[in-house]
Amino acid sequence: MTSPLILEPVFQIGPVPITEPVLVTWAIMIGLAALAFLVTRRLSLQPSRAQAALEAVVSAIDGQIADTMQADPAPYRALIGTILIYVLLANWSSLVPGIEPPTAHLETDAALALIVLGATIVYGVRMQGLGGYLKTFAEPSWVMIPLNLVEQITRTFSLIVRLFGNIMSGVFIIGIILSLAGLLVPIPLMALDLLTGAVQAYIFAVLACVFIGAAIGENRPPRNASGKEHDTP
Amino acid sequence: MNDTIQAVSIIAAALAVSFGAIGPALAEGRAVAAAMDAIARQPEAAGTLSRTLFVGLAMIETMAIYCLVIALLVLFANPFIK
Repeated sequence: MTSPLILEPVFQIGPVPITEPVLVTWAIMIGLAALAFLVTRRLSLQPSRAQAALEAVVSAIDGQIADTMQADPAPYRALIGTILIYVLLANWSSLVPGIEPPTAHLETDAALALIVLGATIVYGVRMQGLGGYLKTFAEPSWVMIPLNLVEQITRTFSLIVRLFGNIMSGVFIIGIILSLAGLLVPIPLMALDLLTGAVQAYIFAVLACVFIGAAIGENRPPRNASGKEHDTP
Repeated sequence: MNDTIQAVSIIAAALAVSFGAIGPALAEGRAVAAAMDAIARQPEAAGTLSRTLFVGLAMIETMAIYCLVIALLVLFANPFIK
């Protein structure tokens, strides 16, 4: 049985080893970019079928972002939507025979979670300024600073391990079952994997929303407070 | 010496997964039961409830997944086996 933690490079470009998850990720990126380019090439007010489908997807993502963050979804649509669709496609890429989902390896998940961590900081600083963002670490009092710092790290880590563990365990269990019992037995488990993959993609995107929403969220109470100040005189 | 460590590692991995699964299993059962109760009382809120339920279930499940990851680390990336 091969370890799910070890990756064998397929080939090397100079000093950089290229592994299978990287190749699958590139394929998904090319596929998504080509699809988006082809569908959005001729946008019209009377949408074609493809454009209507894409609009339905985008508005569904918008609705989820607005529900979760209670904010205008426009600045976050690109990031959250891309994360959702990429993780979904990556989880489901095991449907293609011979391909292992890139999210079943720790490195892909670590990259995604670091993107979320970076986005949290960037949006937080952009919304409330560097000082304002740093001040949120001292909420509700300065005693909480170490805990808040640790929380940033642990929640990123749990984001990594959650996605990795769920997808990898699915792949792993199918491998074990396949080595025990032959052809048709793993199919129900693969169906379960599809559900797990969809739910995990959704969870990853929702948690990214929640984290970013928490980073920018401190912006709203001051706005309400200033509104009250305008009301009282 | 390595054989002993390997045998102990396999037992430890099995223990980690089995005992680590108990808590999340009970918790998921309670969460689903509560959600079913809520949906039965208020079927019109089923959308919001099931969305929150899924997120919550994934959070609870993470605890079991942590145990699984620890078991895999013990089995495949054990620092004490040379």
